[in-house]
This record gives sequence, C-alpha cells and structure tokens, in this order.
Amino acid sequence: MTVPVSSGRRPYTRSMQGWWRRNTFYIEYMIHEGTAVFVAAYALVLLVGLVRLSQGQAAWDAWLQALRSPLSIVFHVITLVAISYHTWTWFHIMPRTLPPILIKGKRMSAAAITRSGLAASAILSIILFVLVWGLWT
Amino acid sequence: MPNTENTIMMDVLRYRPEQDAKPVLQTYRVPFSEDMSVLQGLQYIKDFLDGTLSFRWSCRMAICGSCGMMIDGKPALACKTFLRDFVPGRVRVEALAHFPIERDLVIVMDDFIGKLESIKPYIIEKQPRPLTQGEYLQTPSERDLYEQFSSCINCMLCYAACPQYGLNPKFLGPGIIALLHRYNLDSRDCGEEQRMPLVNSEDGVFNCTAVGYCSEVCPKLVDPANAVNVNKANSAKDYFLRFVTPRGGGK
Amino acid sequence: MKINMQRSNAPVFWLLFGAGGMLSALVGPMLVFITGIAVPLGLLLSKDSLSYPHVLAFTHSWIGAAFLFAVVVLFFWHAGHRIFHSLHDLGIHTGVVAKLFCYGLPLIATLITVYALVSIKYF
Repeated sequence: MTVPVSSGRRPYTRSMQGWWRRNTFYIEYMIHEGTAVFVAAYALVLLVGLVRLSQGQAAWDAWLQALRSPLSIVFHVITLVAISYHTWTWFHIMPRTLPPILIKGKRMSAAAITRSGLAASAILSIILFVLVWGLWT
Repeated sequence: MPNTENTIMMDVLRYRPEQDAKPVLQTYRVPFSEDMSVLQGLQYIKDFLDGTLSFRWSCRMAICGSCGMMIDGKPALACKTFLRDFVPGRVRVEALAHFPIERDLVIVMDDFIGKLESIKPYIIEKQPRPLTQGEYLQTPSERDLYEQFSSCINCMLCYAACPQYGLNPKFLGPGIIALLHRYNLDSRDCGEEQRMPLVNSEDGVFNCTAVGYCSEVCPKLVDPANAVNVNKANSAKDYFLRFVTPRGGGK
Repeated sequence: MKINMQRSNAPVFWLLFGAGGMLSALVGPMLVFITGIAVPLGLLLSKDSLSYPHVLAFTHSWIGAAFLFAVVVLFFWHAGHRIFHSLHDLGIHTGVVAKLFCYGLPLIATLITVYALVSIKYF
C-alpha cells in the first residue's frame, strides 16, 4: 500500500505471526490439516510393505514381524485416531465444497450430506473388514 | 438514559499516524444498558469521552456493511454485537484484521474495491436486449440458485476471517468470489467465461484451503466458502477441458 | 494491488489431494486398524490373515493391485499437498525446496509403487 508522504497518511500493516493461535477455530483447522502427516506416515508403512512383498516371503514375514512390535502398535493407534479425525472433519467440510444437491426439489442439508459421507465410510469399512475376516481369517 | 452505575470497560485499538508510531490500546469506561450494541458504545465514547475516535458506521442495523471490526478478536459488525454479551468483563475493539489500518478503527479498503470492480459485478448479456423485448423471465428455482450469494453487503468480515487473505493480500478473497459466483449463477448472465481467468489465476480460488471461517462470520449467511470451493471444481474443469472445447461463445 | 493473472496449475494437485482425501476418509481408519492393530495382535482377525500367500494373491489380481496403487499413491499426493499448504500457513517460506519435498516425494513413491507392483506381477 503506497500513499504520498505529503498526505500525512501512514497505513499500518499488522503482522500475521502466530495468527492461528489467536482463535480456537484456527487451532482446530491446523489440527485437522495436520492429520495429513499421519496419512503420509501410514502410506509410507504400506509402501515399505509393498516393496517387502516384492522381495519374497522372508522379507514380507520380517515386515509383518515389525508390525507386531509395541512401537508399531502405539504408532498405529495414534495414526488410527488421526485418520479417524480426518474422516470426521473431511465429511463436515464436504458440504461446503458441493453445489446444491436437490432431492425431490428440496436442497440436501449440510448435516445430511455429512451423514451420507460418514455412512459411506462406515459401510465401506465394514465391507473391508468382512472381506478380510471372511477370506483370510 | 443509560444506567451510570452499570459500566463496561472498552479497550479500543487507537492509531493516529501523526502521533503514534504503532497502534496502542486505550481504555474507556462506558455506561451500558442491556440493549446497547458495541457501535453504540463507540458512539458514546465519541460523543462524551473522546471525540478523536474514528470509525465507520451508517445504518446501525446490519445492512450497510460499514461497521465491521474485530470484537474480542473475532470479526463482527459492531451494530450487531451487544455489550451485554461481554459483561461482566471487558471488550476489546480493533480494526478489521488483514487490512492496513488507516486510523483507529478505519481500514484501507482500496484493495477490496479494486477487486470488486475487476470481477465485472453486473449482468453481462448474451446479446443486447431492447426495451420492447420486455423484462427477463426468471423462475423461482433459477432465482434460488444465486439468491444467497446476492445477500452480500460487502462488510469484509470474511476477509478478516480468511487467513489466506492475511498471508497473501493479492488473493481475490471470499466475498469477491461469492459475488462473482452470484453473477455466474444468474440465468440472465452470460459472463462466466470472462470471469474465469480471475478464478483460474495464481491469486484465484486455489489460494483457499477450506478453513471455512469466512462462512462462520458472515452476518448475511452468504456462505462464501461454498462459492470459492465450488469454483475450484469449475476451475479444474476449465483447466482440463480447455483442450477439448472451443473457446468463445456464451454458456 | 495487481492480481497475478497467470493461470495456476493447482487443479492437478488439488484433484489428487481431493481423491486421496476422499479415499483416506472412506477406508483409511479401517485399513490402519486391520494392518496395524487387528492382525498384528490377532484381535478379531487372525495373525495369519495377511500371510504371504494371501497378500501375494491379492496383489497379483488386477483389483488388488489397483486398490493398493490407489491407496499408497493417492494417500501420498493428498498428504504432500496438504503439508505444503500447512507449511505456508505456519509462515515457512514455501519455495523450491518445499515443493521438491511435498510433491517430489509423492512422485518417487508413485514410481516405487509402480515398480513394486509390476515386479510382483511379472517377476
């Protein structure tokens, strides 16, 4: 912002430092954005597993063994909490990103859209579990 | 006549460029009654305590959009925020965040006005329409598509809420994009293609990270976050389909 | 203030971010539970559920390979994009180094995933 010095105006620009700490809304935002770190970490675990799988039975079994360590269990529990929080917040934000959805001429409410998303997640999760349980257990 | 035994402390961020190196808080003891707004508190200060206090206001009924400021750290219209919600205690009043302070509670809004002009905030016709052709016909459902976005009163609370605007002042911002969306959605308008370059630009919609605070603070329930994020999909469509569809021509 | 009118390439990364975000929101929690908690502990599922023959067969199939590809690759692109913007939000200057990290690593992960899946299928 430039103004002539002769005008006597001297607009003051405030700092953005620590902006997200000034409001609980922003703090929550930073937290749900932060879940991405755990999504990346888990993807890395899977990537290592995939590479191990390509290296044969011995390598794969070693990876499975590593997953049984207390450190791995703790990591996955924390990651489960983080990714679940991602799921929760993702579907709460989803209505904001969609144009109006009309069902029989009436707009679908944000709450209904969120519920649908969470329901889809629950259903797919159950299907996934049942497949592993049914086919491999 | 306010009850003088009941008072509230108002901490107001002052800034007088001719005498202050930087903004400084000044406290005023303001008598209050149950129905007093923060704006009325400021008016009391100006009328009886300190005539040098500068602030914008007009309608005092939440329709002109002039009195936006930070009240206890949150963007709000001073005429729509009540002192009773801060009593007993103090209330901190500062100029709207993410804008340069001109003086006291007055911010520099040239950037907003410039951007407003740039999005062509008017109906762009498919072809010139003579008076003899009569008025445009629009069904209630066509009107419903853009109505909420037309409620914007240009109060700029959403800009004070948007951290991405604070971090990148060149970002078009929530309110302007909501207005752009309002015209794109209007069945009478044909200017979407002319407005797309702004949407697609480096300072366009993708600066938004879906914080959503803009829609939280909007006093008119415009939901600018929705306008911005829906236009991310429009922009992505435009990005990929530009190789497929021919340029030129209206909707 | 002059707006930078250059067309942004963000749509590419935004779509990857969105797809990865949706996939991780839908199946992320259950995947973490199955692979990281249930199977290792033998909780509700057997410890042998993810044995080599099982998982190899799964990865050999087109559905299995596609699923694994989608999960690993999209999770990385989603996270990279989001972390890049979080760095920016934290006030860290997001220059070339940040871009190399946040978008380069998902690219490397994508290549490794393709290589691993191809070698499992054909070698």
